[in-house]
Parts: sequence; structure tokens; C-alpha cells
Amino acid sequence: MLHSYILPALKRTGLVVAEAACLLLLASMIQMHAPSPALADEFTKEDLAKWERQFMDVVAEGEKLFHSALGRNTVSCDMCHPNGANTHPETYPKFQKQIGKVVGLREMINWCIQNPLEGDPLDLDSPEMVALEAYIKYERRGVKLAPGKH
Amino acid sequence: MKKKTTRRNFLKGAAAAAAAASLPLSLVEFSWGKQNPQNFTLAYISDSHLTHIKGTEFVRNFDKGLKRAVTECNFMSPKPDFVIYGGDLAQLGKRQELEHGLEIMSRLRHPVKWVIGEHDYYLDLGRFWQDKISKLTYSFDHKGVHFVVLNSILTYDSWMKQWETPEERMGNMARLDNPNGSPFMVGEPQIKWLKKDLAKVDADTPVVVMSHSPLYKIFKPWNFWTDDAEQVQAVLKPFKKVTVLHGHVHQILYNQIGNITFQAMMSTAWPWPYPVSYAQKKSQVPKLTVFMNRADPFAERDATGWSILDLDSGRVTNHYKLWENQDRTLRFDEKLKAPVDTRYQDESSRIPPQTHY
Repeated sequence: MLHSYILPALKRTGLVVAEAACLLLLASMIQMHAPSPALADEFTKEDLAKWERQFMDVVAEGEKLFHSALGRNTVSCDMCHPNGANTHPETYPKFQKQIGKVVGLREMINWCIQNPLEGDPLDLDSPEMVALEAYIKYERRGVKLAPGKH
Repeated sequence: MKKKTTRRNFLKGAAAAAAAASLPLSLVEFSWGKQNPQNFTLAYISDSHLTHIKGTEFVRNFDKGLKRAVTECNFMSPKPDFVIYGGDLAQLGKRQELEHGLEIMSRLRHPVKWVIGEHDYYLDLGRFWQDKISKLTYSFDHKGVHFVVLNSILTYDSWMKQWETPEERMGNMARLDNPNGSPFMVGEPQIKWLKKDLAKVDADTPVVVMSHSPLYKIFKPWNFWTDDAEQVQAVLKPFKKVTVLHGHVHQILYNQIGNITFQAMMSTAWPWPYPVSYAQKKSQVPKLTVFMNRADPFAERDATGWSILDLDSGRVTNHYKLWENQDRTLRFDEKLKAPVDTRYQDESSRIPPQTHY
């Protein structure tokens, strides 16, 4: 009805802006019968549980990688670092003497893969690297940040 | 100033020697044996974890460690009476690894007394070791000291039976932080054997026990542990001087529990963190221990090494030969009745690298 009579009538009177207003009115009439949109960052307990599960899945993936041969000589990270001990993730980034500069945890992981594990470095943003970091940090949960500590 | 050898002195000496030669034999034995053990030197090499990759390829890093210990031990002066191999010659108990280890150890110019480790045992349950290397449990006397070797890395039958293959069983025991692991034990049969063996030993005779794992409780999650430690310690209680020498932990660790001194030996392969470094679980690392310097991963042989042991009146002085580091020495302090580090035991002498976190 709106299209066949009212709009053409409004057009004849030159009121183009009215067209937009009508559309808005139409839209709001439709909206009154639909649910309101989700507000930014209002997450539920179920969301938290779901996201934690997703994180722990990645931690589990990291644990598998940590305990597997990432290089060519069958040596795995856990052989020197049972439960990720002595990796000190809370101290990165820090100056690493023999690398000669301040590096992050992932650079140090790659140093270990290339040297004692005689392997090839992982891409710093690869899912494997994220998983390893997740596991190492999870095993060190609760320890205060101390970036730069030797 | 040395006395000149005059004819009078010579005759005096000869008379004394003649008098000694006429003493009853039992008195001579008395002065060298029971009440007065001789002083002598031993070497202790342990935890080489030789790892087979494929074909004739082994992990170079670990090969280098054992080879270096063997070479340095060959140059010892004074020579050791014998060398103790503390266990974990192989990494996964494979025939290739054990044979590779035997080949390197055969270059040693001194006799060897062998102690088995879990990495040697769990693939074939010690069959190769007993066939080609040594008995698992035995004792012997040497210059007035009674030595005992125990297989301290046994575990519960129920855990042993659950694995589908020997490789699976070995792999699960090899992983230090395995949540499906099982605690070590000496076990009833060996404890019975130990009681019988020590029944013939005088309480004043110094006893040295060699086992792979520590015969006390430090950190169960990593099997720095013996489940029946108290029972073993009870059998050793009547003896005035007892020292337990062990490997397995790959770090400087020492303790005194009653009459028993415990000393850990280094690994030739790689160091392990102190259990205090694992934030999620509590540990019972002995307060007496002054930690070794934190391992520098950039120096391949750091925090690895071997030991020269001086037996002095039945007490063990442990000279840790630490590659890439200053050597450390443990001596038994008769006043404290405990082993102490000769340089760093006092709190005020500690240095920053000894702080582990």
C-alpha cells in the first residue's frame, strides 16, 4: 500500500527525503518484533567455558609437540625441561647473551629446535609455535611476570 | 729435614720390620680391614643416555659426553681402583645403544662396576644387561669397605603388565614427567637379600651402596624417588658409616638422613632442572644441597660431568668434574655429621648462578 499510493503521492510533492523516513519507519516496525542485537563483549559463563576448552585443546597440542622429536635427532624438549621446567617464559623478552640481542620466548624455542634438537625453525606465527607457547606458559601459570630477568 | 740413612737407623728399621713380620696375621688384618679401611680413589661415570637415531647414527651430543668422561678418566692420577658406571647407559634400552655404550666404555683402562638404570632395563627387563654386562644385584669388599649394588628402579607389577609392547613400556618409563609413570622401588626380594648380605658385615665397616635412583624421597612427579626408601634405610641403620651413591637426577644433590650420606652424580649427557623450578608442585629437595650453577644451554657440555671419589676412612669425598664450570667438592664434615660443599656451603659464600627458579 505504501509503495502504490503514499510514496508516489509524496514523490509528486517533491518530498524525496520522506522516502527515506518511510523506509526507516518500515524498518522500525519490523524491528519491534525481532530480538535486540548483542552488545559488545557481553560474554556468558558458557562462552568462557567454551573458550577455555579451546585454549586447553591448544595446550594439549603443545604438550604433544613438546614431548615429540621436533628435530632430526629424536631429542624432545621435555628431556631437558620436564613439565616445561627451567624455560622461564615469564622472563621473556630478554637479552639472550649468545644470540646477542633481546628476544622473545619463540625465538628461544627456535634456538633450541635448531641446536640441541638439530631441526629446522618453526614460523614464529605458526599454530605449532602458538601451541608450544601455550603449553609452556600453562605449566608456568601463576608465576609473576619478570621480563628481562636472566 | 729428612734423617740421614745411617747404619744405625737402617738396623733400627729392619728390627721394627722383623717385629711386625712376626705379628699374628689376624692383628695385621685388623689394622687394614675392619677398624681402619684404606684410603683409595674411584671414578663415577653415569647417565650417558646414548640415543640411537637410525642405522649407525647416534645423538652426537650424548656420545661426546661419555667419550670425554672416558678419556679424562683414563688420564686420572692416581689411577682409580675401579670405575662405577651409574646406569642409563642407553636412552631406550636398545641393543644398539647398549652395544655402542659398551664399545665406548671398553676404552677405559680401569675395571668397571656396573649399576643398571631404568633406561637400560625397561625394554627387555635387564636381559641384555645380565647377559653381556653385569649382575643386577651384588656386593663385594674392597680395602675394608663393603660395597653393595642394588637395582633400585623396579616398579609395581600392575604397571608393568598394562603395556602392549616392550617399546611402549620403555617409552612410558623414559618420559620423566609422565603422568602415567610409576614410582621406583627396591622391592621385597632385594631388601631380603640386603638384610642377609649385611648380616655378615660388622657395624664398624663402612658401607657404600650404589643404586641408580636416590634411595630417598625428593620429587615423585619426576621419579626422583624410591617408594620403599624407609625400608631400605632401616636395613642400613645399624652401620656407623653408610654412603649411598646414585645417578638418575642429573644434578648436584646431597643429603644426610640419620647415619646415611646420599650423594648424586652428574650425567655425562644433559642436566635436569631442580624440582623447585616446577611451579605447580611442591618438592622435597634437601635443604643441605648447594645447587650447581644454572645450566647455560649455549654451552653444550655445561652442567654435565663425572666424579672422582676419594674414600677416606670409609667416608666419600666427591670431586665433581664439571665441564664448562668450576669443579665442586663435597666432603663429609665430622662435626656436622653431614656432607658439605667445601667452598659454598656457608650461606654467605653463595653465588648468583646457584639460584634456580
